[in-house]
Formats: sequence, structure tokens, C-alpha cells
Amino acid sequence: MSKTLIRGAKVLGGEPQDVLIDGGTIAEVGAGLSAEGAEVVEADGKVLLPGLVDLHTHLREPGREDSETVLTGTRAAASGGYTTVFAMANTFPVADTAGVVEQVWRLGKEHGYCDVQPIGAVTVGLDGRKLAELGAMHESAAGVTVFSDDGKCVHDAVIMRRALEYVKAFGGVIAQHAQEPRLTEGAQMNEGIVSAELGLGGWPAVAEESIIARDVLLAEHVGSRVHICHLSTAGSVEIVRWAKSRGIAVTAEVTPHHLLLTDELVRTYNPVYKVNPPLRTERDVMALREALADGTIDIVATDHAPHPHEDKDCEWAAAAMGMVGLETALSVVQETMVDTGLLDWAGVADRMSVKPAQIGQATGHGRPVSAGEPANLTLVDTAYRGLVEPAGFASRSRNTPYEGRELPGRVTHTWLRGKATLVDGKLT
Amino acid sequence: MQRHLISAADLTRDDAVLILDTAEEMARVADRPIKKLPTLRGRTIVNLFFEDSTRTRISFEAAEKRLSADVINFTAKGSSVSKGESLKDTAQTLEAMGVDAVVIRHGASGAPYRLANSGWIDAVVVNAGDGTHQHPTQALLDAFTMRRRLIGPDAGLGQDLDGRRITIVGDVLHSRVARSNVDLLHTLGAEVTLVAPPTLLPVGVEAWPCEVSYDLDSTLTKSDAVMMLRVQRERMNAAFFPTEREYSRRYGLDGDRMARMPEHAVVMHPGPMVRGMEITAEVADSDRCTVVEQVANGVSIRMAVLYLLLGGNEPAVTHPRTEEK
Repeated sequence: MSKTLIRGAKVLGGEPQDVLIDGGTIAEVGAGLSAEGAEVVEADGKVLLPGLVDLHTHLREPGREDSETVLTGTRAAASGGYTTVFAMANTFPVADTAGVVEQVWRLGKEHGYCDVQPIGAVTVGLDGRKLAELGAMHESAAGVTVFSDDGKCVHDAVIMRRALEYVKAFGGVIAQHAQEPRLTEGAQMNEGIVSAELGLGGWPAVAEESIIARDVLLAEHVGSRVHICHLSTAGSVEIVRWAKSRGIAVTAEVTPHHLLLTDELVRTYNPVYKVNPPLRTERDVMALREALADGTIDIVATDHAPHPHEDKDCEWAAAAMGMVGLETALSVVQETMVDTGLLDWAGVADRMSVKPAQIGQATGHGRPVSAGEPANLTLVDTAYRGLVEPAGFASRSRNTPYEGRELPGRVTHTWLRGKATLVDGKLT
Repeated sequence: MQRHLISAADLTRDDAVLILDTAEEMARVADRPIKKLPTLRGRTIVNLFFEDSTRTRISFEAAEKRLSADVINFTAKGSSVSKGESLKDTAQTLEAMGVDAVVIRHGASGAPYRLANSGWIDAVVVNAGDGTHQHPTQALLDAFTMRRRLIGPDAGLGQDLDGRRITIVGDVLHSRVARSNVDLLHTLGAEVTLVAPPTLLPVGVEAWPCEVSYDLDSTLTKSDAVMMLRVQRERMNAAFFPTEREYSRRYGLDGDRMARMPEHAVVMHPGPMVRGMEITAEVADSDRCTVVEQVANGVSIRMAVLYLLLGGNEPAVTHPRTEEK
């Protein structure tokens, strides 16, 4: 394979350095490296990060290829600076067997834009009653280690307990979508001042917090680790903080949209703001940012949820829940965490690459930018500011809440094991 | 006034008083031998009803016909909607037939707002009740009824409801009538108190411009009007209250309670009433209960709203108006 020299990149936001990629590996990092025989990329003060890892992506294939496919989704991922995505299990058919997870894994490998690590369902058909063959999915070619019924909560306490226990045998982790079903029947948006006025069914914070509280206690009791998907409330932060202080093996993620947007946007009744968990209040947003900065929340995960236009071009109650996020995640994190001084670029690398790779056991990802490491890298023009234009998305879907919003930062290059998947903002 | 009528909260005090004054003129038309004005001749209005609501639809239809508009009634049942057509396509189809205004009733909160603000159609949109959000013409007809009863049809012209004490009792949580009334009555200067069991009040009600009480008896004596909301028996099964009987005892209006209201105070109900639940027959049939008047006033208010949104510039009837906007 060929050589690439990235010249003058601020590695993790530090002093400008040269980075030489040889084949699939980082050969050298230092000042004034020789460009001999190498293609040169002038970084010109851009920030170089380890390739981003998304622990929470919906690729929709198989079953909803009208909204996304493994190909379009991984192209969107590469555009956003990702080198690994974890594909959620709520496809049709559900990824609850070795066959389905292997199909998704194989498609990702064939397309080559980004590593695709399938997540297996916890229960058969996501219905919360019977454990799926977790061991078979782990032992499949896909090597599944993360299991989730995302979209649905593993609400039965006994099933959740068994799942937490069972995956210890092969070092798996359960990623819980925390949503108490009875408390959220008919729920349409965060329950509070805005829902009272708009007459939309309330989605109380306690529906999330009560499940998280139960599950950290279960994890402690059975000595397992648990991962909390898209944590969205100030109260959830307090519970996770408390659990970590007790030494419970809990990790948690926050989405970019929960770091930026609030339920005030729902006043437009525009379903582009309809998402699960719902947009919360300003107080929650501030608590989430602080928790991501202090490490209570471990990672940012996109919950990239593509939907076809017609599923959002309708009245609120009829609309699907979810937002695309892969191509705007880093910009939103820069806007909410970096430009606010809460996190430096090393911190961003930790929350968006290193930690998610650790939680998901994505070997070769989230590694230091140093000689001998796999060349999974992302180059970001952090000085850029521009309007979000969904028409330019690589994703098949356009359901972004940021259309027309000015955001900072733009991923210009992405390398997957030394192979450029994105060059000057264009997919290869 | 805004181009559409989506929420009672969108109305300024002057907008609301203008509508009430115009409705007063429209009410006089009802007293004529020929109850018809030529104002909206040649204009087409569609009543787009996705929810069953015979009384509201008939009220709008009567108002439209008295203004000489061409009326199309569209109900979702048996239509293309039941075959999976979207709101957008339905509305665009109707507009292609040359509709000037859409009166919409929809089970989803915000559907009229979407229809008015998504660039789907150009027609004027009037909200005839959306989910548990708003029912602005109901609030207007209620305010009209209060003004007539508490001040007088003529004395009320140009007046708002400054300082009047209005109590709204019942299932506030699921009520678009309550939301619209709180907004409009506050705009008109009234002091509103909501009375309900805590389970039937929304989380977030504390931000509304009104008082909240769990105790009916203590608020009755300080009320100029008491509005009883319908309480569906099914709510009992979702544990909002233990039994019908307990609800009636604590929050129902019977003769004894009505007797403790100030002498001038009226009892209101948006209908349909559940007799024996939130209101006894004795109260419902008494002179103090305005429920039938409210229905008549509803036609006048809807005439006024459609006239102001669609006709606009010419006086509605040929006699001097207090104020033109």
C-alpha cells in the first residue's frame, strides 16, 4: 500500500506535527518528516483525531432500505469522520440471530467505508420476553459483544438481570434503552411546561431515570457491566454519578442533539424534532454537557436514525421518532463542548473514539495517534463555520434538526486503516 | 389579526374584543326573518373533520351557510384518509379544488398548525379542535357567552372580561377547551382558577396564567362563572380517579353546590354533558346554565371568525360598527 504524509496537523489539538501513514499503519509522528514517496495532505493546522467510533447507529438494512442501507450509512459515517459504527439491532428481520448479524457485518466489510460492528438484540424480536441466542451471535463471524433492544426497553427486571448475568461468560455488555413503558404510553415529547401547553402526551424524565436506577443496582448485584443508551435528563446524570461513585460498572452515552436542542423547539410541531428519548429542557442540556466534561457520561453516540421524508412530512403524532446524526455529530460536539471550553480536542478524542471503542471492544480503533498504531484517523477543519445543508448528505435520509443552522467544524479527511475514505470532504 | 386561527393564545386583547363585537352583530342576523348575509358569496370553505364531532361541524356549517359561502364537508371515515392518505395530500387535493378556507378538526395536537405553517397549502386555516391542544372558537364562544351574561349584549360591546372570576372544573389534562379558555380569558383580563383532582392536571400547569385548586367548594363562592368540563367514564379505568361516584362527590356540580355560588354567577358547559357525572340534571336544566345559549353563540362566533379571516374589509352588516380594524 502507498504512503501518505499528513503535514502540519494538530494531533489531538496539540502543536502541529507531521504524521506518516505507511500501508495500514501509522509509521511515524514528528516534525519535518520526509515526504519521499508519499502523497502529501497539507493539514495546515487542522486537528487530527483517531477515527471516530459510534456505538449507536441505525443502518436500517435489512428491511428499511428506503431510509438507509449499510452502504449509504457507512458513507455517511465516513463523511462524519467515523471509522467504526455499531449497527443497532432493530432491523427487519431483527438482528437476533447469528445469520442477521453476519449479513450486516459482511455488507460493511464489502463496502469498506467504515467498520460495521453489529449489535445483537437482547430478546427475540425485541419483545422483551425471551433471550435471543446471545452466545451464538458472539461466536458468529460478526463477533457481537454489545447487545441491545434499542428502541424498546428491556423492561422486565428478571429478563434484564438474566441478560446482564449471561453475557459475563464472554465479556459482553447490555446497552439499555431506558424507558419505562407504562409511564410513556402515548408519550410524544418531554413532559413539562411545553407539553402542557402543546397538548402532547408527556414523556416524564422519571420514566428514564427509574429504569437506570434499577439497572445500575441490578448490575451491582450480579457484578455485570451495563451501558446506558442516550441518557437525556439531569436526574439520570445524578444516578450514573452515584453509581460510579459506588464502583458499579456502568457507562453512559449522550447524543449530540441532547447536548444542543431543547423541547422549546417542539413548539413548531415540526416532527424533525421528534426523537426518542425526547428533547428535554435547558437545565437537562447543561447537566449533560457538564457530565460529559467530567466523565460521568463516558461517550457521545449519534443515535443516527434515518427516516424517509414522508415519515416526517406529516402531523407530529403520526411522525416517526429519530434524527440523522453521523454527518453533524462532530460539529455539534465542537459547538457545545469545545467552543464553550468544556472539553479540549483530546477530550473529544476520548469521548468519541477511545471510550466508545473500549466499551464496544472495537479492536484497532480508538488508539493513540502514534507510530505502530492502525491508521484510523480523522482530520477536522475546526476553523470552518457553515450552514448545515442536508441536500449534501451521504445518508439516504435528510431528517436532520440542524437544516440551515450554522455549526462549526468540518471533517475533511477520514482514513480507515490507511485507506482514505474521505478526501477534501468528498467520499472516495 | 393573524391570517389563520390556530390557538387562542395567538389573539391579542383587541383581536378578541373585535371578534366578540362582530359576533354580536352576527347574532342580530339570527333574529331576522332571513338569517343570511351575502358576505362570503363565491367563497368555498371545507370542513375537514378527522374526528367525529357532529355539533362543532354543524355549528361551522351553519355559520358558513349564513355567510353564503359554498360548503364542502369532508369526514375522514370512508374517505381516502382511511386508505392511508396523508394530511398533506388530503389538504392539497382539496385546495386544488379551489378552497379558500379549511376548517380542521384533528385528533393530533398541532395538526392545524402544521397545515398552516408547512407550506402545504395557501388557504386560511381555522382550528376546530386539535387533540388536547386548542379549540379557539370554543373559547371565543364561551367568552362571548360570559360577556353577554355578566355585562350584557349591548353594554358589553368593546368590553373585555377584566376582573371576572372564572372557574374551570374537571378533566383539564385532556381538555383543549380548558387550554383555549385559560389563554383567551387571561388575554381578556379575567382571573381563571382551574379545579381538578391532581391526576387530571398536566405537569407544567404551574406555568399557565391561572390559579390551580383541588377544592371545588372553596372556589365556588368566589366565581362569576363556573365551567364544567366533560369527564369521560373511561378515565376511571386509567386510575385518574377511583370511581364515578367519588368523582361526582368531590368535583361534580349539584344543586347544593350551585346554591353556594354568587347569585349572578352562571354555569357553563362546552357539551356534550355527562349528566350525573360532572353535572346533575337539576343544574343542567336550571336557568343559570348557559349550555344551550353557548350552542347558539357558537354560530355567531364562527360567523365572526370566518368573516374577519375571509371577508375582512367590508362591514359585516349595514349598521354603524363601534370600531373597524
